[in-house]
Amino acid sequence: MSMMNQLLGWVDARFPLSKMWKEHLSEYYAPKNFNFWYFFGSLALLVLVIQIVTGIFLTMSYKPDGELAFGSVEFIMRDVEWGWLIRYMHTTGASAFFAVVYLHMFRAMLYGSYKAPRELIWIFGCLIFLVLMAEAFFGYLLPWGQMSYWGAQVIINLFQAIPFIGPELAVWIRGDFVISDASLNRFFALHVIALPIVLLGLVVAHIIALHEVGSNNPDGIEIKKHKGPDGKPLDGIPFHPYYTVKDIVGVVVFLMVFSLVMFFAPEMGGFFIEHPNFIPADPMKTPEHIAPVWYFTPYYAILAAVPAIGGSAFPGVAAMGAAVVILFFLPWLDRQPVKSIRYRGLCYKVLLFGFVANFIMLGYLGAVPPTPVKTLLAQIGTVYYFGFFFALWFLPMFEKTKPVPERVTS
Amino acid sequence: MRKLIIALLFTLPSLGMAASSYIPLEKANIDLRDQASLQRGAKLFVNYCMGCHSAQYQRYNRMGRDIGLTDEQVRDNLMFAGDQVGDTMTIAMPAGDATSWFGTPPPDLSVISRSHGVDWIYTYLKSFYVDESRPFGFNNAVFPDVGMPHTMWELEGLKKAVTETVIDADGDETTRIIGFEQVKPGKLNANEFDQAARDLTNFLAYTGEPIRVERERLGIWVLLFLGVMFIFAYLLKKEYWRDIH
Repeated sequence: MSMMNQLLGWVDARFPLSKMWKEHLSEYYAPKNFNFWYFFGSLALLVLVIQIVTGIFLTMSYKPDGELAFGSVEFIMRDVEWGWLIRYMHTTGASAFFAVVYLHMFRAMLYGSYKAPRELIWIFGCLIFLVLMAEAFFGYLLPWGQMSYWGAQVIINLFQAIPFIGPELAVWIRGDFVISDASLNRFFALHVIALPIVLLGLVVAHIIALHEVGSNNPDGIEIKKHKGPDGKPLDGIPFHPYYTVKDIVGVVVFLMVFSLVMFFAPEMGGFFIEHPNFIPADPMKTPEHIAPVWYFTPYYAILAAVPAIGGSAFPGVAAMGAAVVILFFLPWLDRQPVKSIRYRGLCYKVLLFGFVANFIMLGYLGAVPPTPVKTLLAQIGTVYYFGFFFALWFLPMFEKTKPVPERVTS
Repeated sequence: MRKLIIALLFTLPSLGMAASSYIPLEKANIDLRDQASLQRGAKLFVNYCMGCHSAQYQRYNRMGRDIGLTDEQVRDNLMFAGDQVGDTMTIAMPAGDATSWFGTPPPDLSVISRSHGVDWIYTYLKSFYVDESRPFGFNNAVFPDVGMPHTMWELEGLKKAVTETVIDADGDETTRIIGFEQVKPGKLNANEFDQAARDLTNFLAYTGEPIRVERERLGIWVLLFLGVMFIFAYLLKKEYWRDIH
C-alpha cells in the first residue's frame, strides 16, 4: 500500500491526479435530491464512449468508396467476427444518443438549469447538440443505401436555397454536382475525425463549466448558499461514491433498454435503420418518400411547413436553422428568476408540456408523407415551437410563482 | 392565410401519388428456425432465381452451416460446377447484357427481405399473372410492369387477373386487380405453391440477416445477465445511500 502511495505521490508532484479526482469526483458536491431526470448526462457520456469504441472497430472494415461501401457494411454484418454486434451497437447508439440528449435537454427546461449562472453550460450543450446533428447526418451517408444517398441529397440541396452563394456552396460541400464518391469520402473524414474531436472538446468544456458553478437540482436552488462549518454545502453529497453508485443503476437499466432494441429490433420498425437503406444507393432512382431518421424529423417538419417564396425554399431552410439557433438564447428568453417547474406557475407547466407534445407531433409529421391537413398541422406546430420561446419572455409579467424553499426538499 | 393557400397548393401533387393502386399484402408466416423450409427455399432460390439474381453477400458454406447442410451437401445440390464452397452466391450474367435483356439489371437479393419486408416478397411471388402486353407475357399485381417473367410458372401454372372497374375519389375510372383465376394447372396445387413461396421467402429472410436467430438467442442471455447485475447495482446503491436519507 505504501508503494502505491509513494507512486501516487510521485505522480501528484508532476500531474494533478489526486487534485482532479477530488475536484471532479470525491469532493465535487452535488445536490442530494437528484431524481430520475439526472441520469441522462452520465448516460450521454456512456453513449459517446460506445459510439467512439464501436466506431473505431467499424472503421477497420468499412470502405468509404461509392463502389464498395454498401458491400463493406454487409461484410461487417456477415464475415467480420462480432461485426453485426458492433454495427448494431453503433446504429442503436446513434438513436440512443439523441434520445438521451433530448431527455437531458428536457431536464434543463424542467428545472431551469440553463439560467444564471449556468448559461455557458447550456450554450456548450447546444453546441454539442448541433455538432451531434452534423455527426449523425454525415454518418448516415456512410452505409451508402438509398436513404443515405437521397437523404444527403435533399439536405445538401437545402444549401442551394441560400441566396447568392447557395449553388456554389452546395457544390463545394459535395465536391461534385450530385452526392457522389467524393462526397462519401469527405463525409467519412468529417464523421470519423473532425466532428468527434470537436464533440470531445465541447463535452470537456460542458463538464468543466458544470463543475465550476455546481449542479442545479429539481428545486432549482443554489446549494452553495448554505454551507456547513467545514465549508461543504449542507445539501451536497460527494459525487463519488454516492452518484457513481447511483449512476451504475441507471447504466444497467439503460443497457437493458439498449439491448432490447439491439438484439430484438435493431431496425426499430424502420425508425432506427430505414428499410430503403438496404437498397444500394442509386443516383438514377429517387425513392417515393424520402424521410430522415426519427431524431431529425421535428426539424424536417418545420422545414417542410414553411412555404417557399418565389420558388425558393430558403424560408424553410432559415426556419429550420432558426429552430436550432433559438435554443442558444433560451437563458435570456426565459426571464423568470424562479428556476424549477415545481415553483413556477401553471402557465409555464402547460406551455412546456405543450412544447413536448408539439415536438413529438412535429416528429411524426416529419416522418410521414405530407397531406394538406398534415402540412397545416406542421405549420401550427412550427408557430407553437417558436411561439413557446417568445411566450417565455412575457410569462413573468403575469406568472404566479410559489415561494421557493431555502433548502432542498427530498 | 395566403401563405396557407400557397402551402396547400404545394402539397397537392403528393395526393396523386398516394392514390396509386396496390393489393393487400398477405402474411408470410415464415419461421427462421424451420431448417427443412430453409433448405427447400435454398433449392428454389438456386433453381429459379439464381439464373439472373445473385446473393453476392451470402457465402455458400455459411448458408449450409446455418440451414443444417454439410459442405458436401451444399456442393452437390446447391452449387454450380466451378464455384468454391467459400464463395459468395454470385452469378455469371454480365450487367450490360442484363440491362439489354430486362431493361434494368436484376437486383442482388442478399438483403431484399430487409428493404421490402417478407410479406411483400411472399405476396409478390404469388401475384404473377398472364399479360400478353408485357415482353415476357407476365405481369405482377404487387410490382406492376415488373421486368422479369414468372420463373416458377411450371410449378404454379398460369393465372389470369380478375379485375373490377371502380370510380375513384377523383371521379376517374380505374381498373384494379381483385383476384386471380387459374387457367392452366402447374406441378403444384395452390397449397403446395403457397408453401413453396413461403419457403423461398423464408430463405430470403435468412440471407437478409444470417445472424438473426443467433442474435435473438444471445439477447436473452445478455438481458438475464443485466437483470442479475441490476439487483447487485441496486443493493450497492441502497447500501451507500443509507446514510443520506
